[in-house]
Amino acid sequence: MAKVVFPDHLLTHTNGERELNIECNSFRSLVRALDAKWPGIEDVLSKTAVAIDGQIYQDAWLERIGPNSEVFFMQRIEGG
Amino acid sequence: MAEAVDLKAIGTRPIRPDGVDKVTGRANFGADMTLPGMVHAKVLRSPYAHARIKNVDLSKALEMDGVFAAICGRDLPEEGANDLSINILARDKALYHGHAVAAVAARTPALAEQALDLIEVDYEELHPVLSIDDAIADGATLVNENMYTNGDRSQPPSNVAAKQKFERGDVEKGFAEADVVVEESYRVPTAHQGYIEPHACIATINEAGRATVWCCTQGQFDVRSMTAGVLNKKVSDIKVIPSEIGGGFGGKTTIYLEPVAVKLSEISGRPVKMVMNREEVFRATGPTSATLCRIKVGAKNDGTITAATAWLAYEAGAFPGAPVGPGCMSVLAPYNLENLLIEGLDVVVNKPKVAAYRAPGAPQSMHAMECTIDEVARKIGMDPIDLRLKNAADEGTVAPYGPRFPAIGLVECLKAAREHPNYLSEKGEGVGRGVAVGFWFNIGMQSSAEVRIAENGAVTIMEGSPDIGGSRASMCLMAAETLGVSYETINAHVGDTEATGFCNVTGGSRTTFATGLAVVQACEDIIAQCKERAALTWDLDVDQVDWEDGKAVPKPGVNADVQPLSLADIARSAGRTGGPLLGRASLNAQGPGASFSVNWTDVTLDRDTGKVDVLAFTAVQDAGRAIHPAYVEGQMQGGAVQGLGWALNEEYIYDQKGVMENAGFLDYRVPVASDMPMIECQIVEVPNPSHPYGVRGVGETPIVAPLAATSNAVRDVLGYRINDLPLSPPRVLASLDESN
Repeated sequence: MAKVVFPDHLLTHTNGERELNIECNSFRSLVRALDAKWPGIEDVLSKTAVAIDGQIYQDAWLERIGPNSEVFFMQRIEGG
Repeated sequence: MAEAVDLKAIGTRPIRPDGVDKVTGRANFGADMTLPGMVHAKVLRSPYAHARIKNVDLSKALEMDGVFAAICGRDLPEEGANDLSINILARDKALYHGHAVAAVAARTPALAEQALDLIEVDYEELHPVLSIDDAIADGATLVNENMYTNGDRSQPPSNVAAKQKFERGDVEKGFAEADVVVEESYRVPTAHQGYIEPHACIATINEAGRATVWCCTQGQFDVRSMTAGVLNKKVSDIKVIPSEIGGGFGGKTTIYLEPVAVKLSEISGRPVKMVMNREEVFRATGPTSATLCRIKVGAKNDGTITAATAWLAYEAGAFPGAPVGPGCMSVLAPYNLENLLIEGLDVVVNKPKVAAYRAPGAPQSMHAMECTIDEVARKIGMDPIDLRLKNAADEGTVAPYGPRFPAIGLVECLKAAREHPNYLSEKGEGVGRGVAVGFWFNIGMQSSAEVRIAENGAVTIMEGSPDIGGSRASMCLMAAETLGVSYETINAHVGDTEATGFCNVTGGSRTTFATGLAVVQACEDIIAQCKERAALTWDLDVDQVDWEDGKAVPKPGVNADVQPLSLADIARSAGRTGGPLLGRASLNAQGPGASFSVNWTDVTLDRDTGKVDVLAFTAVQDAGRAIHPAYVEGQMQGGAVQGLGWALNEEYIYDQKGVMENAGFLDYRVPVASDMPMIECQIVEVPNPSHPYGVRGVGETPIVAPLAATSNAVRDVLGYRINDLPLSPPRVLASLDESN
């Protein structure tokens, strides 16, 4: 099961739940599972970045998630 | 991706393709464009920092001879009335001094200026909110009566648009374990990107509603989408042609003029040109946030940091959106910490809406942390680099914002600094030395590139990333390396929104990484086509053909009595083998690879005037791999100078009514060449595994460390710390007077 962690600013969308373990094999399946648990969160997550096993993705739609992966949602980084 | 070896073009320092036109004045910048029949537009700006706009009467301006159009906020569509649109033309409130209220297009710039005087605006002046302290105080005047912290309407409205928090471990336990604890507050002032070229554009729109915009920008596709959003148009109805750009540093990733010019063109039926003057740039375009940061660090006598906390408040200007998120995520990033707590506040005030500025948010928070680390080093009597090495983040370290770092180069940079002759040298008498670390995430995002081969084998790269730091040269070098041809046979062009595939903005230190990746893949597409053409020519299967040193050759062991075919050979006969050679790639680049730096500087202080002189400055930075080392060094030097300017002189000075008092380069003093020593650079190369040549972004990290390095050096020579920036002669002198 992948470990999924939400930052402070997303806790209003997860009923305050910061961390959970979830069965998934891709970012798409993770988002679907989270949206089933907290309807509407898919739209919010589409506007965030995510780190999967340390690698930061602005858009992880095509990424695989392993059984022991660590997934951290985080604020999108822009730049100058 | 494999690590590159035996590089021939990458790592060399050729002349940039756009250099001749730029040094001879032929290059066209934003204000250089003219069109037949064009008229000129000027903007009326609010004389108040905070005021209700009760009415705007354009009628007298419209009656003036030579005036073709005039608009105010109500003329922009309500459908696009978001913060961007309201910043471009105010609606019911003026939210900062200089906020655009109306605009006029007239035959000449002088006539347009005169017409502005005929516009009658009925204001109700309101109390301005001018600082973080004012904004978060109980009973503070509200900049926006409908704004709630994190959107929580169960609480009263607030000037704090958002709060965020990162925490790990038990900070109280960590502080209890510490032998020393340092706690300090620091203020960093508002600073402008200071690009030399003011914002400028020209727009025209035809009877079918299709607009064309020429402008100086870091991202023509972003100008297109933002302008379309503000005007409630389709992106396909707007074409944006980017000019050369005279500096941006993040400040040209947004828009101020373009929708106004399009709207005025629509009304007047003529092309409309708009050029800001320097005062408008200062008063009405996005600077970066002023901040108030409180840092607490606990450490053992052996240097182990046991806990750290950061409370970071960032001014957003008149609309939410300060870079407090990246400020929070970067403040402790260089350190491997078990116990930490970071809290960030996005605070609105009656000042211009902030825009990105090189590593947005990181210089301010890391100034606070790196100054505090310096104080910890002093308290425990440890070398400041050794203290940082003892606690340095490395591959596998859990970053303060959650994930583990992949391969990063902080330790390598610290070790390189520790062994550098400039660090090992004795500082002279009366000289202060300060050290600091910098960090930036870097980003990837979407890029496209085409590689076109002419009939003589010459290579043209068409890409959509405006060149703000020598990226054309880097693209050409990566193409030369990949194709195996000479750099001199390659040219790179930045296309408009209809001439090239989509590219995200040039920013976030992404261009050499992401657009470079697209160029490499487009070149690989060309190589695949060349191998097919050679196979056709030789009656071989394509998997029997290799590409070596810019030529198609039979693979070892293939029995074929043929001569190698160069790119030029294949291009010359392309008509017979399937038509012109055209390679393409588009991608959403991932894994940009964070970049760290270490800076140190030597300074002297004139105790009679309070003036700090920078004697020496050395920058060490991980570039992954330097494609064009001179331009990597240029980024490191430019960032260092901007950081030094912010540390020593640059600040917005406001009067009590929120009017900026130093809106010009005479009074807002950026460093000039005579202020600066040679910025010495050492590039460290810890290749980024996500790029075929190991590239990491390099453009933003260099501005992060100079603020604290300078502050720490002044602390060293002064004997005590002045926590707030800038360390300008008036501030230093006042401090000296007070201490005496």
